[in-house]
Amino acid sequence: MTRVERLVASAGGVAIIAALTIGPLSLGRYGLFILSQWAVMSIAAIGLNLTLGYAGQVSLAQGAFVGVGAYAAAIMTTHGLPLSLAVVVAMGLAFAVGWLLGYPALRVQHHYLAFVTLAFSTLAFLVFRNEEWLTGGVYGISDVPRPSLLGFSTAKPLPFYYLCLFVLAVVTIAFRGMTRSPWGRAFVALRENPLRAASLGVDTRRYTLMAFAIGSALGGLAGALYAPLTQFVDPTPFTLTLSLDLLLMVIVGGAGSFFGPYLGAMVAVLLPEWLRVAESYYLIAYAAMVMLLLVYSPTGLMGIVERRQRERSARVASARRAAAKATLADGVGR
Amino acid sequence: MSRVLEVVGLSKRFGGITAVDGVSFHVDEGEILGVIGPNGCGKSTTFNCILGQLAPTAGEVRLDGRVVSGLRPPELNRLGVSRTFQLLQVFPQLSVRENLILAGQEHRGGMLSRLFGRPDAGLGPAADRMIGFFKLDHLADSPAGELSYGQQKLLDAAMAFMAGPRLTLLDEPAGGVNPTMLTDLKDRLRAMNREQGATFVVIEHNMDFIMSLCSRVIVMAQGKVLADGAPDEIRVNPAVIEAYLGH
Repeated sequence: MTRVERLVASAGGVAIIAALTIGPLSLGRYGLFILSQWAVMSIAAIGLNLTLGYAGQVSLAQGAFVGVGAYAAAIMTTHGLPLSLAVVVAMGLAFAVGWLLGYPALRVQHHYLAFVTLAFSTLAFLVFRNEEWLTGGVYGISDVPRPSLLGFSTAKPLPFYYLCLFVLAVVTIAFRGMTRSPWGRAFVALRENPLRAASLGVDTRRYTLMAFAIGSALGGLAGALYAPLTQFVDPTPFTLTLSLDLLLMVIVGGAGSFFGPYLGAMVAVLLPEWLRVAESYYLIAYAAMVMLLLVYSPTGLMGIVERRQRERSARVASARRAAAKATLADGVGR
Repeated sequence: MSRVLEVVGLSKRFGGITAVDGVSFHVDEGEILGVIGPNGCGKSTTFNCILGQLAPTAGEVRLDGRVVSGLRPPELNRLGVSRTFQLLQVFPQLSVRENLILAGQEHRGGMLSRLFGRPDAGLGPAADRMIGFFKLDHLADSPAGELSYGQQKLLDAAMAFMAGPRLTLLDEPAGGVNPTMLTDLKDRLRAMNREQGATFVVIEHNMDFIMSLCSRVIVMAQGKVLADGAPDEIRVNPAVIEAYLGH
Protein backbone atom coordinates (compact mmCIF):
# COMPACT_ATOMS: atom_id res chain seq x y z
CA MET A 1 0.00 0.00 0.00
CA THR A 2 1.24 3.46 -0.84
CA ARG A 3 0.93 6.35 1.62
CA VAL A 4 -2.01 7.85 -0.26
CA GLU A 5 -3.86 4.54 -0.26
CA ARG A 6 -3.18 4.10 3.44
CA LEU A 7 -4.53 7.61 4.06
CA VAL A 8 -7.67 6.89 2.01
CA ALA A 9 -8.15 3.60 3.86
CA SER A 10 -7.85 5.20 7.31
CA ALA A 11 -10.16 8.06 6.27
CA GLY A 12 -12.68 5.49 5.07
CA GLY A 13 -12.35 3.59 8.34
CA VAL A 14 -12.97 6.73 10.39
CA ALA A 15 -16.00 7.60 8.23
CA ILE A 16 -17.51 4.13 8.69
CA ILE A 17 -16.96 4.18 12.46
CA ALA A 18 -18.49 7.69 12.65
CA ALA A 19 -21.47 6.63 10.55
CA LEU A 20 -22.05 3.56 12.73
CA THR A 21 -21.76 5.62 15.92
CA ILE A 22 -23.55 8.87 15.05
CA GLY A 23 -25.90 7.76 12.27
CA PRO A 24 -28.18 5.61 14.43
CA LEU A 25 -28.97 8.55 16.76
CA SER A 26 -31.73 9.51 14.33
CA LEU A 27 -32.99 5.98 13.81
CA GLY A 28 -36.21 4.65 15.27
CA ARG A 29 -36.73 1.52 17.32
CA TYR A 30 -36.98 -0.73 14.26
CA GLY A 31 -33.95 0.70 12.48
CA LEU A 32 -31.88 0.19 15.62
CA PHE A 33 -33.10 -3.38 15.91
CA ILE A 34 -32.01 -4.10 12.34
CA LEU A 35 -28.61 -2.49 12.87
CA SER A 36 -28.08 -4.41 16.11
CA GLN A 37 -29.03 -7.58 14.27
CA TRP A 38 -26.42 -6.71 11.62
CA ALA A 39 -23.74 -6.36 14.32
CA VAL A 40 -24.73 -9.67 15.94
CA MET A 41 -24.87 -11.57 12.65
CA SER A 42 -21.54 -10.05 11.60
CA ILE A 43 -19.94 -11.62 14.68
CA ALA A 44 -21.37 -15.05 13.82
CA ALA A 45 -20.30 -14.63 10.18
CA ILE A 46 -16.75 -13.65 11.23
CA GLY A 47 -16.61 -16.92 13.13
CA LEU A 48 -17.79 -18.92 10.13
CA ASN A 49 -15.38 -17.00 7.92
CA LEU A 50 -12.53 -18.31 10.08
CA THR A 51 -13.71 -21.91 9.78
CA LEU A 52 -14.70 -21.76 6.13
CA GLY A 53 -12.85 -18.86 4.55
CA TYR A 54 -9.48 -19.07 6.30
CA ALA A 55 -9.17 -22.73 7.27
CA GLY A 56 -11.30 -24.10 4.41
CA GLN A 57 -13.62 -26.33 6.47
CA VAL A 58 -17.27 -26.34 5.38
CA SER A 59 -19.70 -26.00 8.27
CA LEU A 60 -23.48 -26.01 8.19
CA ALA A 61 -23.73 -25.72 11.95
CA GLN A 62 -22.93 -22.08 12.69
CA GLY A 63 -26.65 -21.32 13.23
CA ALA A 64 -26.77 -24.09 15.84
CA PHE A 65 -23.87 -22.47 17.71
CA VAL A 66 -25.72 -19.15 17.70
CA GLY A 67 -28.60 -21.13 19.20
CA VAL A 68 -26.36 -22.69 21.85
CA GLY A 69 -25.14 -19.21 22.82
CA ALA A 70 -28.65 -17.73 22.78
CA TYR A 71 -30.07 -20.45 25.03
CA ALA A 72 -27.11 -20.29 27.40
CA ALA A 73 -27.59 -16.54 27.75
CA ALA A 74 -31.40 -16.72 28.00
CA ILE A 75 -31.37 -19.46 30.64
CA MET A 76 -28.67 -17.83 32.74
CA THR A 77 -29.90 -14.23 32.62
CA THR A 78 -33.53 -15.18 33.35
CA HIS A 79 -32.17 -16.89 36.45
CA GLY A 80 -30.60 -13.66 37.60
CA LEU A 81 -27.04 -14.32 36.48
CA PRO A 82 -25.15 -11.49 34.74
CA LEU A 83 -24.84 -11.43 30.94
CA SER A 84 -21.03 -11.14 31.18
CA LEU A 85 -20.91 -14.54 32.88
CA ALA A 86 -23.40 -15.89 30.32
CA VAL A 87 -21.12 -14.71 27.51
CA VAL A 88 -18.19 -16.60 29.01
CA VAL A 89 -20.29 -19.75 29.40
CA ALA A 90 -21.84 -19.42 25.91
CA MET A 91 -18.44 -19.00 24.28
CA GLY A 92 -16.86 -21.74 26.37
CA LEU A 93 -19.67 -24.17 25.57
CA ALA A 94 -19.62 -23.37 21.86
CA PHE A 95 -15.81 -23.65 21.85
CA ALA A 96 -15.93 -27.10 23.46
CA VAL A 97 -18.71 -28.41 21.20
CA GLY A 98 -17.03 -26.83 18.16
CA TRP A 99 -13.77 -28.57 19.06
CA LEU A 100 -15.57 -31.93 19.20
CA LEU A 101 -17.36 -31.21 15.92
CA GLY A 102 -13.94 -30.54 14.41
CA TYR A 103 -12.90 -34.18 14.83
CA PRO A 104 -14.94 -35.41 11.84
CA ALA A 105 -13.20 -32.69 9.82
CA LEU A 106 -9.92 -34.52 10.39
CA ARG A 107 -11.32 -37.47 8.48
CA VAL A 108 -13.85 -36.09 6.00
CA GLN A 109 -13.78 -33.00 3.82
CA HIS A 110 -16.04 -30.78 1.72
CA HIS A 111 -19.61 -31.95 1.26
CA TYR A 112 -19.12 -34.98 3.51
CA LEU A 113 -18.09 -32.63 6.26
CA ALA A 114 -21.10 -30.47 5.41
CA PHE A 115 -23.35 -33.48 6.08
CA VAL A 116 -21.74 -34.18 9.44
CA THR A 117 -22.26 -30.57 10.52
CA LEU A 118 -25.79 -30.70 9.11
CA ALA A 119 -26.52 -33.64 11.40
CA PHE A 120 -25.24 -31.65 14.36
CA SER A 121 -27.41 -28.70 13.35
CA THR A 122 -30.51 -30.91 13.33
CA LEU A 123 -29.54 -32.49 16.63
CA ALA A 124 -29.15 -29.08 18.28
CA PHE A 125 -32.57 -28.00 16.99
CA LEU A 126 -34.16 -31.14 18.44
CA VAL A 127 -32.56 -30.46 21.81
CA PHE A 128 -33.84 -26.84 21.78
CA ARG A 129 -37.36 -28.02 20.94
CA ASN A 130 -37.69 -31.20 22.98
CA GLU A 131 -35.79 -30.59 26.22
CA GLU A 132 -38.63 -28.52 27.69
CA TRP A 133 -37.28 -28.61 31.25
CA LEU A 134 -34.27 -26.64 30.08
CA THR A 135 -35.30 -24.67 27.01
CA GLY A 136 -39.03 -24.21 27.45
CA GLY A 137 -39.63 -26.24 24.28
CA VAL A 138 -41.69 -24.58 21.55
CA TYR A 139 -42.87 -21.88 24.01
CA GLY A 140 -39.29 -20.72 24.37
CA ILE A 141 -37.92 -18.39 27.00
CA SER A 142 -39.44 -14.92 27.18
CA ASP A 143 -38.49 -11.72 29.01
CA VAL A 144 -34.78 -12.17 28.52
CA PRO A 145 -33.39 -9.08 30.28
CA ARG A 146 -30.90 -6.66 28.77
CA PRO A 147 -27.89 -6.01 30.95
CA SER A 148 -26.78 -2.97 32.93
CA LEU A 149 -23.16 -1.99 32.43
CA LEU A 150 -21.38 0.20 34.98
CA GLY A 151 -24.78 1.42 36.17
CA PHE A 152 -26.07 2.21 32.66
CA SER A 153 -29.07 0.23 31.56
CA THR A 154 -29.05 -1.06 27.99
CA ALA A 155 -32.78 -1.82 28.07
CA LYS A 156 -33.51 0.87 25.44
CA PRO A 157 -32.67 0.12 21.79
CA LEU A 158 -29.92 2.75 21.39
CA PRO A 159 -27.71 1.74 24.32
CA PHE A 160 -28.15 -1.92 23.43
CA TYR A 161 -27.10 -1.17 19.86
CA TYR A 162 -23.95 0.50 21.20
CA LEU A 163 -23.26 -2.60 23.28
CA CYS A 164 -23.53 -4.79 20.15
CA LEU A 165 -21.32 -2.38 18.21
CA PHE A 166 -18.75 -2.37 21.02
CA VAL A 167 -18.60 -6.17 21.08
CA LEU A 168 -18.29 -6.22 17.28
CA ALA A 169 -15.38 -3.75 17.56
CA VAL A 170 -13.62 -5.94 20.14
CA VAL A 171 -14.15 -9.03 17.96
CA THR A 172 -12.82 -7.12 14.93
CA ILE A 173 -9.63 -6.08 16.70
CA ALA A 174 -9.04 -9.54 18.17
CA PHE A 175 -9.70 -11.24 14.84
CA ARG A 176 -7.37 -8.83 13.05
CA GLY A 177 -4.67 -9.71 15.55
CA MET A 178 -5.20 -13.41 15.01
CA THR A 179 -5.18 -13.33 11.22
CA ARG A 180 -1.91 -11.38 11.30
CA SER A 181 -0.29 -13.73 13.80
CA PRO A 182 1.43 -17.00 12.82
CA TRP A 183 -1.98 -18.60 13.36
CA GLY A 184 -3.47 -16.68 10.45
CA ARG A 185 -0.62 -17.87 8.23
CA ALA A 186 -1.09 -21.45 9.42
CA PHE A 187 -4.86 -21.30 8.71
CA VAL A 188 -4.24 -20.09 5.16
CA ALA A 189 -1.62 -22.83 4.68
CA LEU A 190 -4.15 -25.37 5.93
CA ARG A 191 -6.71 -24.22 3.37
CA GLU A 192 -4.30 -23.95 0.44
CA ASN A 193 -2.25 -27.10 0.87
CA PRO A 194 -2.59 -29.19 4.04
CA LEU A 195 0.01 -31.73 2.89
CA ARG A 196 2.72 -29.13 2.39
CA ALA A 197 1.69 -27.35 5.60
CA ALA A 198 2.17 -30.59 7.57
CA SER A 199 5.59 -31.10 5.99
CA LEU A 200 6.59 -27.67 7.34
CA GLY A 201 5.65 -28.68 10.87
CA VAL A 202 2.18 -27.12 10.90
CA ASP A 203 0.10 -29.35 13.16
CA THR A 204 -2.84 -29.48 10.78
CA ARG A 205 -5.02 -31.44 13.24
CA ARG A 206 -4.67 -28.94 16.00
CA TYR A 207 -5.22 -25.94 13.71
CA THR A 208 -8.29 -27.56 12.14
CA LEU A 209 -9.82 -28.14 15.56
CA MET A 210 -8.89 -24.59 16.59
CA ALA A 211 -10.54 -23.13 13.49
CA PHE A 212 -13.73 -24.99 14.32
CA ALA A 213 -13.64 -24.19 18.02
CA ILE A 214 -12.88 -20.47 17.68
CA GLY A 215 -15.36 -20.05 14.81
CA SER A 216 -18.01 -21.77 16.92
CA ALA A 217 -17.17 -19.70 19.99
CA LEU A 218 -17.85 -16.54 17.96
CA GLY A 219 -21.20 -18.10 16.98
CA GLY A 220 -21.86 -18.62 20.69
CA LEU A 221 -20.95 -15.00 21.41
CA ALA A 222 -23.34 -13.80 18.70
CA GLY A 223 -26.05 -15.96 20.27
CA ALA A 224 -25.40 -14.52 23.72
CA LEU A 225 -26.14 -11.05 22.25
CA TYR A 226 -29.03 -12.29 20.14
CA ALA A 227 -31.02 -13.43 23.19
CA PRO A 228 -31.12 -10.03 24.93
CA LEU A 229 -31.61 -8.32 21.53
CA THR A 230 -34.85 -10.15 20.72
CA GLN A 231 -35.58 -10.71 24.46
CA PHE A 232 -37.27 -13.94 23.44
CA VAL A 233 -35.65 -17.22 22.47
CA ASP A 234 -37.44 -20.14 20.86
CA PRO A 235 -36.17 -22.92 18.54
CA THR A 236 -37.43 -21.52 15.20
CA PRO A 237 -34.63 -18.99 14.47
CA PHE A 238 -31.97 -21.67 14.93
CA THR A 239 -32.97 -24.14 12.26
CA LEU A 240 -30.76 -25.00 9.32
CA THR A 241 -32.01 -21.81 7.64
CA LEU A 242 -29.86 -19.67 9.93
CA SER A 243 -26.78 -21.79 9.18
CA LEU A 244 -27.45 -21.41 5.47
CA ASP A 245 -28.01 -17.65 5.89
CA LEU A 246 -24.66 -17.35 7.66
CA LEU A 247 -23.00 -19.39 4.93
CA LEU A 248 -24.56 -17.05 2.38
CA MET A 249 -23.25 -14.01 4.29
CA VAL A 250 -19.70 -15.37 4.24
CA ILE A 251 -19.82 -16.32 0.55
CA VAL A 252 -21.62 -13.19 -0.65
CA GLY A 253 -19.23 -11.02 1.35
CA GLY A 254 -16.19 -12.95 0.15
CA ALA A 255 -14.94 -16.05 1.96
CA GLY A 256 -11.46 -15.66 3.37
CA SER A 257 -11.51 -11.88 3.12
CA PHE A 258 -11.34 -9.84 6.31
CA PHE A 259 -14.20 -7.42 5.56
CA GLY A 260 -16.38 -9.97 3.75
CA PRO A 261 -18.57 -11.00 6.70
CA TYR A 262 -19.51 -7.39 7.52
CA LEU A 263 -20.69 -6.78 3.96
CA GLY A 264 -22.33 -10.19 3.70
CA ALA A 265 -24.23 -9.65 6.96
CA MET A 266 -25.32 -6.24 5.70
CA VAL A 267 -26.69 -7.76 2.49
CA ALA A 268 -28.43 -10.59 4.33
CA VAL A 269 -29.94 -8.39 7.06
CA LEU A 270 -30.68 -5.13 5.21
CA LEU A 271 -31.53 -6.25 1.69
CA PRO A 272 -34.70 -8.13 2.71
CA GLU A 273 -35.80 -4.93 4.50
CA TRP A 274 -35.21 -2.76 1.44
CA LEU A 275 -36.92 -5.30 -0.77
CA ARG A 276 -40.07 -5.21 1.33
CA VAL A 277 -41.66 -2.98 -1.34
CA ALA A 278 -41.53 -6.04 -3.63
CA GLU A 279 -43.79 -7.74 -1.07
CA SER A 280 -44.23 -11.43 -1.76
CA TYR A 281 -41.72 -11.31 -4.63
CA TYR A 282 -38.95 -10.21 -2.32
CA LEU A 283 -37.47 -13.68 -1.85
CA ILE A 284 -37.34 -14.19 -5.62
CA ALA A 285 -35.71 -10.80 -6.11
CA TYR A 286 -33.25 -11.51 -3.29
CA ALA A 287 -32.34 -14.91 -4.72
CA ALA A 288 -31.90 -13.45 -8.22
CA MET A 289 -29.59 -10.71 -6.92
CA VAL A 290 -27.43 -13.17 -5.00
CA MET A 291 -27.15 -15.45 -8.03
CA LEU A 292 -26.22 -12.55 -10.31
CA LEU A 293 -23.59 -11.41 -7.85
CA LEU A 294 -22.00 -14.85 -7.63
CA VAL A 295 -21.97 -15.24 -11.41
CA TYR A 296 -20.37 -11.82 -11.78
CA SER A 297 -17.97 -12.28 -8.90
CA PRO A 298 -17.56 -15.79 -7.45
CA THR A 299 -15.34 -14.32 -4.74
CA GLY A 300 -18.19 -12.18 -3.41
CA LEU A 301 -18.46 -8.45 -2.82
CA MET A 302 -14.89 -8.14 -1.57
CA GLY A 303 -13.84 -9.87 -4.78
CA ILE A 304 -15.27 -6.95 -6.75
CA VAL A 305 -13.44 -4.46 -4.54
CA GLU A 306 -10.15 -6.33 -4.95
CA ARG A 307 -10.61 -6.61 -8.72
CA ARG A 308 -11.09 -2.83 -8.93
CA GLN A 309 -7.94 -2.26 -6.89
CA ARG A 310 -5.92 -4.62 -9.07
CA GLU A 311 -7.17 -2.96 -12.26
CA ARG A 312 -6.29 0.46 -10.91
CA SER A 313 -2.78 -0.51 -9.83
CA ALA A 314 -2.25 -2.20 -13.23
CA ARG A 315 -3.35 1.03 -14.94
CA VAL A 316 -1.02 3.09 -12.76
CA ALA A 317 1.86 0.70 -13.50
CA SER A 318 1.29 0.78 -17.27
CA ALA A 319 1.01 4.57 -17.22
CA ARG A 320 4.32 4.68 -15.36
CA ARG A 321 5.91 2.33 -17.90
CA ALA A 322 4.60 4.48 -20.78
CA ALA A 323 5.97 7.62 -19.13
CA ALA A 324 9.36 5.97 -18.60
CA LYS A 325 9.44 4.85 -22.23
CA ALA A 326 8.55 8.38 -23.39
CA THR A 327 11.36 9.91 -21.35
CA LEU A 328 13.75 7.30 -22.71
CA ALA A 329 12.68 7.96 -26.32
CA ASP A 330 12.98 11.67 -25.61
CA GLY A 331 16.54 11.21 -24.36
CA VAL A 332 17.46 9.11 -27.39
CA GLY A 333 15.85 11.65 -29.76
CA ARG A 334 18.00 14.40 -28.36
CA MET B 1 31.04 -38.12 11.21
CA SER B 2 27.72 -39.12 12.70
CA ARG B 3 24.97 -41.05 11.05
CA VAL B 4 21.91 -38.82 10.54
CA LEU B 5 19.52 -41.19 8.80
CA GLU B 6 19.43 -44.94 8.77
CA VAL B 7 16.88 -46.90 6.77
CA VAL B 8 16.80 -50.62 7.54
CA GLY B 9 14.89 -53.22 5.53
CA LEU B 10 12.16 -50.77 4.52
CA SER B 11 9.24 -52.28 2.57
CA LYS B 12 5.96 -50.87 1.38
CA ARG B 13 3.24 -52.95 -0.26
CA PHE B 14 0.07 -51.57 -1.84
CA GLY B 15 -2.21 -54.60 -2.06
CA GLY B 16 -0.32 -57.06 -4.26
CA ILE B 17 2.24 -54.55 -5.48
CA THR B 18 5.52 -54.19 -3.66
CA ALA B 19 6.64 -50.61 -4.30
CA VAL B 20 9.60 -50.70 -1.91
CA ASP B 21 11.25 -54.02 -1.24
CA GLY B 22 13.67 -54.24 1.69
CA VAL B 23 15.55 -51.00 1.10
CA SER B 24 18.48 -50.20 3.41
CA PHE B 25 20.78 -47.20 3.24
CA HIS B 26 22.18 -44.49 5.45
CA VAL B 27 23.04 -40.79 5.28
CA ASP B 28 25.97 -39.28 7.18
CA GLU B 29 26.18 -35.76 8.47
CA GLY B 30 27.22 -33.25 5.83
CA GLU B 31 26.58 -35.63 2.97
CA ILE B 32 24.66 -34.98 -0.23
CA LEU B 33 23.18 -38.30 -1.20
CA GLY B 34 21.60 -38.71 -4.62
CA VAL B 35 18.85 -41.21 -5.31
CA ILE B 36 18.29 -42.16 -8.94
CA GLY B 37 16.33 -44.82 -10.74
CA PRO B 38 13.70 -45.28 -13.44
CA ASN B 39 10.13 -44.02 -12.95
CA GLY B 40 8.13 -46.19 -10.59
CA CYS B 41 11.18 -47.75 -8.95
CA GLY B 42 10.01 -46.64 -5.48
CA LYS B 43 12.07 -43.50 -4.89
CA SER B 44 9.19 -41.25 -3.88
CA THR B 45 7.48 -44.03 -1.93
CA THR B 46 10.71 -44.49 0.05
CA PHE B 47 10.71 -40.74 0.74
CA ASN B 48 7.09 -40.84 1.83
CA CYS B 49 7.78 -43.73 4.21
CA ILE B 50 10.77 -41.93 5.73
CA LEU B 51 8.67 -38.78 6.17
CA GLY B 52 5.65 -40.41 7.82
CA GLN B 53 3.39 -39.67 4.87
CA LEU B 54 2.97 -43.42 4.39
CA ALA B 55 3.26 -46.17 7.01
CA PRO B 56 5.91 -48.72 5.96
CA THR B 57 4.78 -52.36 5.76
CA ALA B 58 8.08 -53.47 7.26
CA GLY B 59 11.43 -52.04 8.29
CA GLU B 60 12.64 -49.17 10.36
CA VAL B 61 13.68 -45.55 9.95
CA ARG B 62 16.14 -44.05 12.44
CA LEU B 63 16.97 -40.39 12.83
CA ASP B 64 20.16 -39.82 14.82
CA GLY B 65 19.79 -43.34 16.14
CA ARG B 66 16.22 -42.85 17.32
CA VAL B 67 13.43 -44.90 15.70
CA VAL B 68 11.03 -42.46 14.06
CA SER B 69 8.84 -44.78 12.00
CA GLY B 70 5.18 -44.12 12.84
CA LEU B 71 5.54 -40.41 13.58
CA ARG B 72 3.30 -37.99 11.67
CA PRO B 73 4.78 -35.51 9.16
CA PRO B 74 4.54 -32.40 11.38
CA GLU B 75 6.21 -34.24 14.26
CA LEU B 76 9.01 -35.47 12.03
CA ASN B 77 9.44 -32.00 10.64
CA ARG B 78 9.81 -30.58 14.11
CA LEU B 79 12.47 -33.24 14.84
CA GLY B 80 14.47 -31.77 11.97
CA VAL B 81 13.47 -33.58 8.78
CA SER B 82 12.29 -31.23 6.06
CA ARG B 83 11.38 -31.86 2.45
CA THR B 84 10.24 -30.51 -0.85
CA PHE B 85 7.71 -32.24 -3.06
CA GLN B 86 8.02 -33.46 -6.62
CA LEU B 87 5.37 -30.98 -7.69
CA LEU B 88 6.04 -27.42 -6.75
CA GLN B 89 4.45 -26.51 -3.45
CA VAL B 90 4.69 -22.92 -2.30
CA PHE B 91 1.73 -20.92 -0.97
CA PRO B 92 0.83 -18.64 -3.89
CA GLN B 93 -1.21 -16.11 -1.89
CA LEU B 94 1.43 -15.51 0.74
CA SER B 95 4.42 -13.32 -0.03
CA VAL B 96 7.91 -14.81 -0.37
CA ARG B 97 8.77 -13.61 3.13
CA GLU B 98 5.50 -14.99 4.57
CA ASN B 99 6.18 -18.36 2.97
CA LEU B 100 9.56 -18.49 4.67
CA ILE B 101 8.21 -17.37 8.04
CA LEU B 102 5.52 -20.04 7.80
CA ALA B 103 8.22 -22.62 7.13
CA GLY B 104 9.94 -21.75 10.40
CA GLN B 105 7.22 -20.57 12.77
CA GLU B 106 6.01 -23.95 14.01
CA HIS B 107 9.48 -24.73 15.32
CA ARG B 108 9.31 -21.90 17.82
CA GLY B 109 7.42 -21.67 21.10
CA GLY B 110 3.98 -23.10 21.81
CA MET B 111 0.59 -22.48 20.24
CA LEU B 112 -0.18 -19.62 22.63
CA SER B 113 3.08 -17.77 22.09
CA ARG B 114 2.41 -18.01 18.35
CA LEU B 115 -1.02 -16.42 18.88
CA PHE B 116 0.03 -13.63 21.23
CA GLY B 117 3.67 -13.19 20.23
CA ARG B 118 5.08 -11.22 17.34
CA PRO B 119 3.35 -11.49 13.96
CA ASP B 120 6.58 -12.67 12.33
CA ALA B 121 7.32 -15.07 15.22
CA GLY B 122 10.71 -13.35 15.47
CA LEU B 123 11.68 -14.89 12.14
CA GLY B 124 11.69 -11.73 10.00
CA PRO B 125 15.50 -11.30 10.03
CA ALA B 126 16.11 -15.02 9.43
CA ALA B 127 13.63 -14.96 6.52
CA ASP B 128 15.39 -11.95 5.04
CA ARG B 129 18.77 -13.67 5.33
CA MET B 130 17.35 -16.71 3.55
CA ILE B 131 15.88 -14.44 0.86
CA GLY B 132 19.33 -12.89 0.41
CA PHE B 133 21.02 -16.29 0.33
CA PHE B 134 18.71 -17.51 -2.44
CA LYS B 135 18.95 -14.15 -4.23
CA LEU B 136 15.25 -13.36 -4.15
CA ASP B 137 15.68 -9.90 -2.54
CA HIS B 138 13.70 -7.94 -5.12
CA LEU B 139 10.77 -10.35 -4.72
CA ALA B 140 10.54 -10.47 -0.92
CA ASP B 141 7.11 -8.86 -0.74
CA SER B 142 5.62 -10.31 -3.93
CA PRO B 143 3.00 -13.03 -3.63
CA ALA B 144 4.77 -16.33 -4.32
CA GLY B 145 2.24 -17.04 -7.07
CA GLU B 146 3.67 -14.17 -9.14
CA LEU B 147 7.19 -15.63 -9.28
CA SER B 148 8.49 -17.52 -12.30
CA TYR B 149 8.58 -21.31 -12.07
CA GLY B 150 12.32 -21.41 -11.43
CA GLN B 151 12.09 -18.72 -8.75
CA GLN B 152 9.31 -20.67 -7.06
CA LYS B 153 11.54 -23.75 -7.08
CA LEU B 154 14.25 -21.72 -5.35
CA LEU B 155 11.71 -20.53 -2.77
CA ASP B 156 10.48 -24.10 -2.30
CA ALA B 157 14.03 -25.21 -1.51
CA ALA B 158 14.65 -22.18 0.71
CA MET B 159 11.53 -23.05 2.73
CA ALA B 160 12.93 -26.51 3.38
CA PHE B 161 16.00 -24.95 5.02
CA MET B 162 14.19 -22.29 7.03
CA ALA B 163 14.00 -24.22 10.28
CA GLY B 164 17.66 -25.31 10.15
CA PRO B 165 16.88 -29.00 9.60
CA ARG B 166 19.12 -31.99 10.42
CA LEU B 167 18.20 -33.55 7.10
CA THR B 168 16.47 -32.30 3.96
CA LEU B 169 14.87 -34.52 1.36
CA LEU B 170 14.52 -32.86 -2.03
CA ASP B 171 12.22 -34.62 -4.50
CA GLU B 172 13.22 -33.59 -8.05
CA PRO B 173 14.34 -30.04 -7.27
CA ALA B 174 15.57 -29.54 -10.85
CA GLY B 175 12.39 -30.70 -12.63
CA GLY B 176 11.20 -28.10 -15.13
CA VAL B 177 13.84 -25.55 -14.14
CA ASN B 178 15.70 -23.77 -16.97
CA PRO B 179 19.51 -24.25 -17.27
CA THR B 180 20.50 -20.83 -15.86
CA MET B 181 18.22 -21.26 -12.87
CA LEU B 182 19.54 -24.78 -12.46
CA THR B 183 23.09 -23.50 -12.07
CA ASP B 184 21.83 -21.06 -9.44
CA LEU B 185 19.97 -23.80 -7.62
CA LYS B 186 22.97 -26.15 -7.62
CA ASP B 187 25.24 -23.35 -6.51
CA ARG B 188 22.92 -22.47 -3.61
CA LEU B 189 22.48 -26.08 -2.51
CA ARG B 190 26.27 -26.55 -2.53
CA ALA B 191 26.74 -23.37 -0.52
CA MET B 192 24.09 -24.55 1.93
CA ASN B 193 26.04 -27.80 2.34
CA ARG B 194 29.46 -26.20 2.60
CA GLU B 195 28.67 -23.14 4.69
CA GLN B 196 25.94 -24.47 6.95
CA GLY B 197 26.75 -28.17 6.95
CA ALA B 198 23.30 -29.06 5.63
CA THR B 199 22.72 -32.74 4.88
CA PHE B 200 20.57 -33.67 1.88
CA VAL B 201 19.02 -36.55 0.09
CA VAL B 202 18.14 -35.62 -3.49
CA ILE B 203 15.92 -37.54 -5.90
CA GLU B 204 16.58 -36.43 -9.46
CA HIS B 205 16.44 -37.56 -13.08
CA ASN B 206 18.82 -34.92 -14.33
CA MET B 207 22.11 -36.89 -14.39
CA ASP B 208 24.45 -33.92 -14.80
CA PHE B 209 22.78 -32.21 -11.88
CA ILE B 210 22.97 -35.20 -9.57
CA MET B 211 26.45 -36.41 -10.57
CA SER B 212 27.97 -32.98 -10.06
CA LEU B 213 26.08 -32.20 -6.85
CA CYS B 214 26.22 -35.43 -4.85
CA SER B 215 29.03 -37.02 -2.90
CA ARG B 216 27.37 -40.44 -3.04
CA VAL B 217 24.60 -41.89 -5.16
CA ILE B 218 22.27 -44.84 -4.67
CA VAL B 219 20.47 -46.41 -7.60
CA MET B 220 17.04 -47.97 -7.14
CA ALA B 221 15.27 -50.35 -9.49
CA GLN B 222 12.05 -52.28 -8.92
CA GLY B 223 11.84 -51.32 -5.28
CA LYS B 224 15.38 -52.44 -4.42
CA VAL B 225 18.74 -50.75 -4.00
CA LEU B 226 20.80 -51.75 -7.03
CA ALA B 227 24.01 -49.88 -6.29
CA ASP B 228 25.46 -47.50 -3.72
CA GLY B 229 28.68 -45.57 -4.31
CA ALA B 230 30.51 -42.46 -5.49
CA PRO B 231 29.19 -40.87 -8.73
CA ASP B 232 32.18 -42.12 -10.72
CA GLU B 233 31.64 -45.72 -9.61
CA ILE B 234 27.93 -45.52 -10.39
CA ARG B 235 28.57 -44.22 -13.89
CA VAL B 236 30.56 -47.31 -14.83
CA ASN B 237 28.58 -49.92 -12.87
CA PRO B 238 27.33 -52.47 -15.46
CA ALA B 239 24.11 -53.27 -13.58
CA VAL B 240 23.22 -49.58 -13.37
CA ILE B 241 23.95 -49.02 -17.04
CA GLU B 242 21.74 -51.99 -17.87
CA ALA B 243 18.82 -50.92 -15.66
CA TYR B 244 18.85 -47.20 -15.98
CA LEU B 245 21.59 -45.20 -17.62
CA GLY B 246 21.62 -47.07 -20.93
CA HIS B 247 24.61 -47.78 -23.15
